[in-house]
Amino acid sequence: MIDSALGGPVNQDYLLQARQMQAMSFAVHIPLVCFGIAFPAMVVFLEGLWLRTGDPLYKALAKRWSKAMLILFAIGVVTGTILSFEMGLLWPDFMASFGDVFGLAFGIEGFSFFMEAIFIAIYVYGWDRLSPRTHIAAGVPMIVAGFTGSLMVISVNGWMNQPTGFSIRDGEVVDVKPLKALFNSNLWHELTHMYLAGFLVAGFLVASVYAAAWLRGRRDRRHQVGLVVALSVAALVAVPQLLVGDWAARTVAGRQPVKLAAFEGLKETKKGAPFDLFGGRIEIPKALSLLAFHDPSAKVKGLDTVPRDDQPPWHIVKFTFRTMVFIGSALAALGVWFMWSWWRRRRLPATVWFYRALVAAGPLAVVALICGWITTEVGRQPWIVYQVMRTEDAVTGAGGIPVGFGALTLVYVALGGIAYVMLRRLARTSFEVER
Amino acid sequence: MLADLSAILTLVGLTAYVILGGADFGAGFWDLTAGGPERGAPVRAMIKRAMSPVWEANHVWLIFVLVMLWTGFPDAFGSITSTLAVPLFLAALGIVLRGGAFALKGQAATIAEARALGATFALSSVVVPFFLGSAAGAIAAGEVPVGNARGDEWGSWTGALPLFVGVLAVIAGAHLAAVFLGADSSRAGDRDLVDAFRRRALGSGLAAGAVAIAGLAVVNSDAPDLYDGLTSGAGLACVIGSAAFGLVTLWLEWRERFEPARYTAAAAVGAIVAGWALAQRPYLLPPHLTVREAAAPDATLLALVIAACLGMALLIPALAWLFKLALSGQLSYEEQPRP
Repeated sequence: MIDSALGGPVNQDYLLQARQMQAMSFAVHIPLVCFGIAFPAMVVFLEGLWLRTGDPLYKALAKRWSKAMLILFAIGVVTGTILSFEMGLLWPDFMASFGDVFGLAFGIEGFSFFMEAIFIAIYVYGWDRLSPRTHIAAGVPMIVAGFTGSLMVISVNGWMNQPTGFSIRDGEVVDVKPLKALFNSNLWHELTHMYLAGFLVAGFLVASVYAAAWLRGRRDRRHQVGLVVALSVAALVAVPQLLVGDWAARTVAGRQPVKLAAFEGLKETKKGAPFDLFGGRIEIPKALSLLAFHDPSAKVKGLDTVPRDDQPPWHIVKFTFRTMVFIGSALAALGVWFMWSWWRRRRLPATVWFYRALVAAGPLAVVALICGWITTEVGRQPWIVYQVMRTEDAVTGAGGIPVGFGALTLVYVALGGIAYVMLRRLARTSFEVER
Repeated sequence: MLADLSAILTLVGLTAYVILGGADFGAGFWDLTAGGPERGAPVRAMIKRAMSPVWEANHVWLIFVLVMLWTGFPDAFGSITSTLAVPLFLAALGIVLRGGAFALKGQAATIAEARALGATFALSSVVVPFFLGSAAGAIAAGEVPVGNARGDEWGSWTGALPLFVGVLAVIAGAHLAAVFLGADSSRAGDRDLVDAFRRRALGSGLAAGAVAIAGLAVVNSDAPDLYDGLTSGAGLACVIGSAAFGLVTLWLEWRERFEPARYTAAAAVGAIVAGWALAQRPYLLPPHLTVREAAAPDATLLALVIAACLGMALLIPALAWLFKLALSGQLSYEEQPRP
């Protein structure tokens, strides 16, 4: 146990509201992050097609997408700023006690964010002003910075789940090794899972928009190209994402057995543990052991291996974990359907059901994304730093959390509404292909 | 040594944010006060044109400052954010509204929509520097003790000194924006706009000077230690430097030499930030916590300083390219709202 750096503990009647406020802020920001990860690559890919083929349609589409990218990035900048503030506003003792351990990652992330902001501005405002070669080159740092940014943020989350790079002596955090904390062993599977999720979410959301247009009868070449590019991105990552998810779950099983028990709501330790589908009505024998350890008779630790006070609220975790897995599997199936059709017949599936499924796929991908984050974050509770610092010991002593929560909610609802209207309008503005 | 170096890097970031971010917010102030839709349209169009490509990059300096603080000086960061939760949260909300409205303003289809978004953008542009300034003022006034929300939630930032710094932040930003926009208008060759921003630069410069002088009296009564720091040694040098750069800026504006005025105006504002830091040396949270006491272990500071220097080596050329393109008018795309 550590002593609080700020001399806590404090009275905070609204710990739950503080957690919910943080969760809402993440839920708003993370879908925007997906676009920050994936949109630069998608736009640069289209521009590359234009440079290669000379077909002006590709350029027009790249320009159109880059404007949407700019809007989403700008909103991501401000929602990300809120997160930076909330780190201190809601969890000052977490920051004061461990900022020096994990902060380096955020320092590098800050620079990535900076580079992405600079090059997105140059890229989007530089169309037709920079030479084509310079312009597409300005796109590359956006892609790189999107990756390094995710690497660093995920490093911090990995560290919260697998805290390393420090020791505790007499309640003090000592012997800090920031690089060891940065490259913690949880980084790699979490990073891969989230980076692929970025492409999955952005790809399916963009594909959803084009599929909806398709259903309304807009089936010209522009819509076909937009749909195929976005869907290809999503389809290519959908199946690998299942494998990465398996890797992540097995890592959790080894390192955070209580979190894994919460995924399944497994109350007692069991050998050959079953996987429960649909809330206890259908059980697949031994499947959990198989999933978690690739061994049908492996022993899976239950929630009862730790005292009740140290158990996460498994009802939530179990639900979100299942939702994520079901949606992820369905999206992978949809991706396979598309790829099969493209490979065999060089065309999109003809049935209207394919397009209906695609319309649903975008929003569902966002749901899966949020559910995944709830699974890992709520699954870590009651710890903010796994088995080192409790969330209740990190929270602020300041008052007014419900008021702040309410105000931020209103602002986000307004912002979301306006952004939606503006993006709809961008979609409707006349589409000009240069001749 | 490492602690001082980290503090200096943080201060460099803060100065950049006060100048570049401050000018962005200041532009919002002129947007707010530009007058009716007809009369104010050219001023607003110029603001949008000048700011669109750079505002995100300008804004990221704030993130840099936050990150440097929480990594290099975690105890100070936790103490500041918990005691000053109210002004910081209000500033953060303002940043969301401002960024959101500004980003989306370009997509507004009608003048009415553009006005609603513009009003949100402009109003929050005043709110953000005011609350960030008052938070800084609260630190300078010695209102932030070490601990989780140990200081007074309201009283800490509503004294005379914090409010003065808040007002000064708004006016200084407005002055910077007027000077920068005047130079941009001059490059664009728009005589009417040049005159409009020149008047604003002169007026806001005089106002900033008057507020700063009045503020010294507030500092004297509310924070005598800070006053001593500002009236002796390096602190005094900064105060004199700021006043001198301010006067030179006014002279340059008067003589219509707008490009050099950009730099003297920035130096005048930067000198205030530096003067504040030097005046409260060696404290980070006067009189409770020194920079060295607040500093993270050396291993962290070393990694942070190396990362920050490498980051700057990448960042500065990129930023220079962005500003060069923006200032030479090579970055723009126009979408005019329909009436």
